[in-house]
Amino acid sequence: MTIEWKNYRVEKYYDELMLSGNKARPHGKKLAKYLASLSNSELETYRIATELSIKEIGVSFTVYNQEGGSIDRSWPLDIFPRIMTKTEWEKIEAGLKQRVQALNLFIADLYGEQRILKDGIIPRAVFKNSKNFREQCVGVKPPLNIWAHVCGSDLVRDKDGTMYVLEDNLRVPSGVSYMLENRLVMKRVFPEMFEDYSILPVDDYPSKLFDMLASISPRPADYPEVVVLTPGIYNSAYFEHAYLAQQMGCELVEGRDLVVCDDDCVYMRTMRGLKRVDVIYRRIDDLFLDPEVFNKESTLGVPGLMRAWRKNNVALANAPGAGVADDKVVYAFVPKIIKYYLDEEISLPNVKTYICMYEDDRKYVLENLDKLVVKPANESGGYGMLVGPASTKKQQKEFAALIKANPGNYIAQPTLNLSTVPTLVGDKVEPRHVDMRPFILSSDRIEVTTGGLTRVALVKNSLVVNSSQGGGSKDTWIVDEEA
Amino acid sequence: MLSRVVEMIYWTARYLERTENLARLINVNSNLLLDLPKSIAPGWEPLINITGTRERYLELHDDFSERTVLTYLVNQENSPSSLAKALAGARESARTIRDVIPRESWEQINALYLYAKDNASRVFIKSQRFEYLNNIILRCQTLNGLLAGTMNQDEGYSFLLIGRNLERCDMTSRIIDVRSADLLADENQTLQPFDLIQWMSVLKSLSAYQMYRRSMQVKINRSDVLKFLFQSEVFPRAPYHCISRVEFCTLDLPNNEAPLRLIGRVKRDLIETKVGKLEQEALHEYIDELQLSLIHISDAFADQYFLSGKMQSQEQSSA
Repeated sequence: MTIEWKNYRVEKYYDELMLSGNKARPHGKKLAKYLASLSNSELETYRIATELSIKEIGVSFTVYNQEGGSIDRSWPLDIFPRIMTKTEWEKIEAGLKQRVQALNLFIADLYGEQRILKDGIIPRAVFKNSKNFREQCVGVKPPLNIWAHVCGSDLVRDKDGTMYVLEDNLRVPSGVSYMLENRLVMKRVFPEMFEDYSILPVDDYPSKLFDMLASISPRPADYPEVVVLTPGIYNSAYFEHAYLAQQMGCELVEGRDLVVCDDDCVYMRTMRGLKRVDVIYRRIDDLFLDPEVFNKESTLGVPGLMRAWRKNNVALANAPGAGVADDKVVYAFVPKIIKYYLDEEISLPNVKTYICMYEDDRKYVLENLDKLVVKPANESGGYGMLVGPASTKKQQKEFAALIKANPGNYIAQPTLNLSTVPTLVGDKVEPRHVDMRPFILSSDRIEVTTGGLTRVALVKNSLVVNSSQGGGSKDTWIVDEEA
Repeated sequence: MLSRVVEMIYWTARYLERTENLARLINVNSNLLLDLPKSIAPGWEPLINITGTRERYLELHDDFSERTVLTYLVNQENSPSSLAKALAGARESARTIRDVIPRESWEQINALYLYAKDNASRVFIKSQRFEYLNNIILRCQTLNGLLAGTMNQDEGYSFLLIGRNLERCDMTSRIIDVRSADLLADENQTLQPFDLIQWMSVLKSLSAYQMYRRSMQVKINRSDVLKFLFQSEVFPRAPYHCISRVEFCTLDLPNNEAPLRLIGRVKRDLIETKVGKLEQEALHEYIDELQLSLIHISDAFADQYFLSGKMQSQEQSSA
């Protein structure tokens, strides 16, 4: 028995590969045909080869468990790729560039003149309680005035086929290494699959990342000293930190490797003594960066780092405070932000968002709690949310009280029907929901990854794609049909 | 290169070398036991003595049966000197320097760790033991080759060789120490044929039998075996050779006076001592001294180059 597309049900959602059972989208025909040509034992062989390859390469992520320890788990990769045309991707790419460009102008403005507040485009109240606004950054002008050098935006496709931006991650977005490793594994295991299509490569990301980092060096030099700062091997994204450092040929440092000296410059402790550092791609959250300024207890960071940064003796990517723009209330204002700074209409749409600080919106939200997803402004990773259709009356009442008490902290969105992609489940293929995270690099120019990391909810009907909660991933193909 | 990174490279090398030596040791002991009559066979106890963790062992176990000793030496990650512990150490330290060592070598270390772990039960099956341990030895050797062939031969590589050779030097001296103690306990003439076998097994634990034959061209006897094992300039597991390699690698390092002085002293001592003539008691003391010197050398590297040593001295100076 092999895959029988006629048994594949797609009616309720938008499927990225199939139009209906047995009929693939035009750009997916060859893929669907190839997959159907595989026998059960071939599918099983490929699945095992993929797993083994990932295990041996050591592509892993760390999961914390309740006993306080942590375990290193192999990265789950489904062998069926997600496919998208270059034509569609180019539109998305342009939309992402527009978005990140505006967000960077916005962050710079917030820590500078605050024109957007003075002009009344965004109410000051939005920032009254912002957890990610950093007083310490006011007045700082980082190189090129760029704050969010690396942005990971989450995209979802709704039932009607429209791609929406669900959120922007501007603090320390992770996942790009998995995108690169997924491709490597697929090429090792499935060389045949790559024969029919012209699939655009993804592996130039590390060199683009390095170029971006080098371009913000405060010291003009042919070879600026660029380092990746990690919290260490127990961090869930340690694999990625090491991977990127290796691919860029940079030092991977921990806080204890660095020291800020009396000249307010940052140095690393090498076996030959201290060596000046120019650019730090930091993968540590703001509040752990510098115990002199933020969390006093933190041993992950470097005392004096903020001093060095404020004096422009070292560049930090992303700049501290950049997270102010990945607040969920700010998200609701992104169309206005784009209009204000670029005088353009938003080209990659936001999900319809109700802002509870506005009376009309709040009224609608309170009346429709059972249909909406309610999110607090500053939480991430799905915490503190209300998923209306899955909630009890009691939960809705609790949230109504929360919203009334602090309307400025909440937004609400209609529940989306995320698109699906055929996924191997046992020896059958079934639709599973996916999202996608492209990565956008900003310095003197903006670069976007070719496609991004596709995450898939492996549990039937689940919308939870987080790898720590049973989600998996897929290789993402942007195919050039004309090549 | 970062102080923390050279430290990790050093430890990765030590753990890998320890893994290989443990596998060799168990293999050779297995073979030896097959050759000796039960009445005089030393059994598995000497292996625990070689690792220098007898007290710890006795806290956990009260017998030296094959199964208990093998469990301790192979599977137990909490025993300070097991294959599992050494490999976990190698993997963990290699994981922190994934960005520095060639990608393939990380994959090999990871695969070796998984292989050893997933197949550990094979060590209890006599017919599969040799193949299992031999695979581990071969994979360690593959790694050494891979690193030699693909890693930048810079300071990091120097520390790789330093770590490997210090560990090797230490392990060789331990093997000789424990093995020779067993041998000399009884000078009974009737044991002569087996005495020979045991000295051969000492050589074989170190894969030194063939090389001994080639370079010494004499019958196997205690004095010559000891001389060869300690003082050979060409046999890669001989302490003299190991320490010469360490010295060679240290010569290029900056601020190397302190470690070089210690290394020079050990090297002189190794070549000048008439080791073949030492009585058992004196030999044991001599080996003790050597091991202590190796610890001092390791400490000198830490003080001068490693992050742990630097942070410690910084704390002391600010206190």
